[in-house]
Amino acid sequence: MALTLDSKTPEGPLADKWDKHKFDLKLVAPHNRRKFEVIVVGSGLAGAAAAASLGEAGYNVSVFTYHDSPRRAHSIAAQGGINGAKNYKNDGDSIQRLFYDTIKGGDYRSRESNVYRLAQSSVNIIDQATAQGVPFAREYGGLLDNRSFGGAQVSRTFYARGQTGQQLLLGAYQALARQIQLGTVTLYNRMDMQDVVVHDGRAVGITARDLLTGEISAHSAHAVLLATGGYGNVYFLSTNAKACNVTATWRAHKKGAAFANPCFTQIHPTCIPPADEFQSKLTLMSESLRNDGRIWVPSAMEETRAPGEIQDADRDYFLERKYPAFGNLVPRDVASRNAKIVVDEGRGVGSLKNGVYLDFADSIGRLGKETIKARYGNLFDMYERITGEDPYSVPMRIYPATHYTMGGLWVDYNLQTTVPGLFALGEANFSDHGANRLGASALMQGLADGYFVAPSTVAGYLSGLLGDAPVETSHEAFTSSLASTQDMVDQLVAIKGTKTPDHYHRELGKLVWDYCGMSRSKAGLETALSEIPALREEFWKEVKVLGSGNGFNQSLEKALRIADFMEMAELKVSDALHREESCGGHFREEHQTPEGEALRDDEDFAYVAAWEYGGPDIHKDSILNKEPLIFDNVKLSQRSYK
Amino acid sequence: MSTTLNLKLKVWRQESADDVGAFEYYDVAVADDASFLEMLDYVNEGLILDDREPIAFDHDCREGICGSCSLMIDGQAHGPQKGTATCQLFMRKFSDGDEIVVEPWRAAGFPLVKDLAVNRAAFDRIIEAGGYISVNTGAAPDANITLVPKEAADAAMDAAACIGCGACVAACPNSAGNLFTAAKLQHLNLLPQGQPERLARTEAMVEKMEEFFGSCTNHGECQEACPKEISVDFIAMMNRDYLKAKLANRKRSGQKKFG
Amino acid sequence: MTQATESRPGADAPEVNGPPKQSRFWIVEFYSSAIGKKWVMALTGIGLMGFVLVHMVGNLKMFLGRTEFDHYAESLRTLLYPIFPHGVVLWIFRIGLIVMFGFHIHSAYTLTRMNHRARPIKYQSPRDYVAVTFASRTMRWTGIIIGLYLIFHLADLTWGFANPDFVRGAAYDNLVASFERWPIAIIYILANIALGIHLFHGGWSIFQSTGMNNPRYNSARRGFAAGFAILVAGINCLFPIAVLAGVVH
Repeated sequence: MALTLDSKTPEGPLADKWDKHKFDLKLVAPHNRRKFEVIVVGSGLAGAAAAASLGEAGYNVSVFTYHDSPRRAHSIAAQGGINGAKNYKNDGDSIQRLFYDTIKGGDYRSRESNVYRLAQSSVNIIDQATAQGVPFAREYGGLLDNRSFGGAQVSRTFYARGQTGQQLLLGAYQALARQIQLGTVTLYNRMDMQDVVVHDGRAVGITARDLLTGEISAHSAHAVLLATGGYGNVYFLSTNAKACNVTATWRAHKKGAAFANPCFTQIHPTCIPPADEFQSKLTLMSESLRNDGRIWVPSAMEETRAPGEIQDADRDYFLERKYPAFGNLVPRDVASRNAKIVVDEGRGVGSLKNGVYLDFADSIGRLGKETIKARYGNLFDMYERITGEDPYSVPMRIYPATHYTMGGLWVDYNLQTTVPGLFALGEANFSDHGANRLGASALMQGLADGYFVAPSTVAGYLSGLLGDAPVETSHEAFTSSLASTQDMVDQLVAIKGTKTPDHYHRELGKLVWDYCGMSRSKAGLETALSEIPALREEFWKEVKVLGSGNGFNQSLEKALRIADFMEMAELKVSDALHREESCGGHFREEHQTPEGEALRDDEDFAYVAAWEYGGPDIHKDSILNKEPLIFDNVKLSQRSYK
Repeated sequence: MSTTLNLKLKVWRQESADDVGAFEYYDVAVADDASFLEMLDYVNEGLILDDREPIAFDHDCREGICGSCSLMIDGQAHGPQKGTATCQLFMRKFSDGDEIVVEPWRAAGFPLVKDLAVNRAAFDRIIEAGGYISVNTGAAPDANITLVPKEAADAAMDAAACIGCGACVAACPNSAGNLFTAAKLQHLNLLPQGQPERLARTEAMVEKMEEFFGSCTNHGECQEACPKEISVDFIAMMNRDYLKAKLANRKRSGQKKFG
Repeated sequence: MTQATESRPGADAPEVNGPPKQSRFWIVEFYSSAIGKKWVMALTGIGLMGFVLVHMVGNLKMFLGRTEFDHYAESLRTLLYPIFPHGVVLWIFRIGLIVMFGFHIHSAYTLTRMNHRARPIKYQSPRDYVAVTFASRTMRWTGIIIGLYLIFHLADLTWGFANPDFVRGAAYDNLVASFERWPIAIIYILANIALGIHLFHGGWSIFQSTGMNNPRYNSARRGFAAGFAILVAGINCLFPIAVLAGVVH
């Protein structure tokens, strides 16, 4: 059965849609708000912001995080900054321009209305964060400083050294802590959500596993908000934190929430290349480095000289050469793909020939070492710690790595999934970044969703439930969810196979990276589609999880997450195979311009692919639903950063 | 080019807080460009295949910012490299043949969960006591309406860099939580936005801290262990603010700076 | 406050010291906190540092001979006389000193107890300290040594029962008689070394505990503490040495 994907986009001019919609949404009066229970899963930017804001409004909020503290969510690792259309630099920025840049940067695969609202909210986010005490960088006069970022020709990025994500998350976390203290929010730390409970077609709660005792418990609410991040760890090696996973959104998907555009993943151009097979994750170096660093590789394949000895004539500054207008600041997908091209040509650098240079020699010459140190000191230190090389004297080596996932649960304008009462916020939804996300926009989206969108739209949903008590956790909907969750735990512990969970994760990651990474082909995707189910089957026969389901068991946590990645990966590949075009982070080798640029097919693919769970044979059983994307305000064009 | 190190690991194993723990020894050969946690991953893979339970340890982002990782390595919190969290410590800091001792953080305020993992919820309680600026969503004025001297913003950022890992408590001979609390306090106390609640915040957070941790005797060990190299100067500032918080009659003078 | 966190053992914060004391008097509340006690330690420390400095300077009179020294000793009793009766000001000072010692020791004792509670299970492997100094690690011990020495010193030269040749009022002779016995001289020297070590950490610690923190003079704080410790302890050690060497006799 096909879903009806009603985006609920309000009528009217783009700029007025959000105001009009907020007026049309029903409200919950202050004295009635405490009658509503809301569950927020995840405590990153979107989750903490939403929970704090809903708590302030007066709802009874419960926050679930698998971390020991809400402050550890992976939003904390964002380095570069957050966009805000403040136009403090008087360089022609506006909400309209941020909207346009984001739509264009996303290669015209996002919903106009959502993106415009995001750009509108960006201004309020900067105000909110500043009031919370986020120590954004300042000019000497005491005003806020900005810098420029990839994919934009204006300086609209606010930043707090190289730790903007950390500072914004701490702001949201502190707002959350205040509500915890006030008693409007209850914190469930070290609790891993396992399942969304659906009754009568609505989300009525969750089941969660206590990571300390292994006990699985049921929690009932009027609405459930998933702010559980992206699925980048499907690649095993990514810049995501080790615990980042798809479990919450995938289990929601299995309970009826459509999963949109799973093939849209962002490969971030500036990460440190892997060094050996033990590598457990990849480390990102902020994209802001591209402001002052120049990217190059030797012109000749057989180059053996040390980088400092290679003359300019023998260097290929390939981004500056191919994209003179944006140069090193082209969007992430373009920068990544071009790095892959030169490395595949055999011109990679480093002992494994798996990177490109990011060279600061010119900037150090022009601005002095001290200025560069002030701008990027912590990043340079980090680079040196990891590689043992001094980036002030030797160019950095960088290579793209999985970083962000634009796909996620399909949501309407209210951020509600196809399951009423189940909302998805931040990276967990698909809504704002289309096929590619611009730098400094993830923080913006997480906070826009959490602070400004969800509190209004969730209230609109709750207003219809006034007088309804939450479903009792003794209800069959809960008990069956508890049983199936427990069953999965028991099964995994009982397998007692021969290979570790990490082994399977690594194998899966390799498949997905090779066949559904930076560039994808029909043949490769079909190979992946035959190999992933086989690997999944082997996993369920041969994985070795020691210890029991009762108690602190990190192997079991991993195995539970990998089990979901095994299924999700297949949907991702399926989606990549069906999308016979190249757009943003999704590059199909069959669809490129003669110059090797992504070739979009707006005629046939200007839609959101929202997959509906159909059964365990993911590729065959999943049902494709399409939400056509209508562009009334921007003209679709071939992206050009030349 | 990486070289292989042959190491002897001495790791604290303890099933739960109520159990008795002991050191166990493992031999490991690992490339020197692996990180310390990758080395532990590798040991764990071997343990699992050997039918022995893997070592439990907290970790997540592995880029030195989430504050999940901990570990007392050879008697130093986060190991021998200054200004570095365990996840950013690489094996090239060790030499072939080394014995490496790994212990959990030990403090009454950080009860042991399992093996090397401890519970740092006490830090959250300290923040909840007052580590915020009370501003509801939507109530904020324009961001540029309050000028913040660059120096103040920079100093606040120095304090705000805290990742909440607990190394300060672990390294302190008294298990004091003063560096954490001072960093969190002064991040807000140094900014104009933080002034209205400055004294109440200081009082509440200090007194919450003292429910869990020891007292500062100015050894300065915390500053050395801190992966973000946060200065003990912030502790001095907290001490002064705490006296002011107690002296000031806030009913009459608000939270105005005292003296 | 309402329940803040779903309280599950292991996930919530532990109970260690219990909630702070509430009092109608801010000063009692202040002193009941550890930071308050550190303030008190610092302030009493400043007072006691003033005492040891003046005491050391006064004792330098011994190099001027018996008359000068005994005159100085007597003058302590006639401070501000005749505004105050004979000996009263000295007693005010003495009481002040006793109170300062009392608070200094009491806060040290309670903070030590608190610190032991804060780490009931010690590290099971050797620590590799980076910043701690011998002085900072031994404050409790040097403090105890100084306390015991103080009692001995009073018994020796104030009350006299530890000094077989003690004659009330003959300060100079008592001092020489005492220091001429080398075991006693060694006790004085060792105790003053302990005092110097105590002052080295305490003198720096004062700045931290009272929040005297200014990048302009922070670098001088260690120097001040070291200089003060060497000055007081060093000169104090000179006295028994001078007597043993026959310079003062």
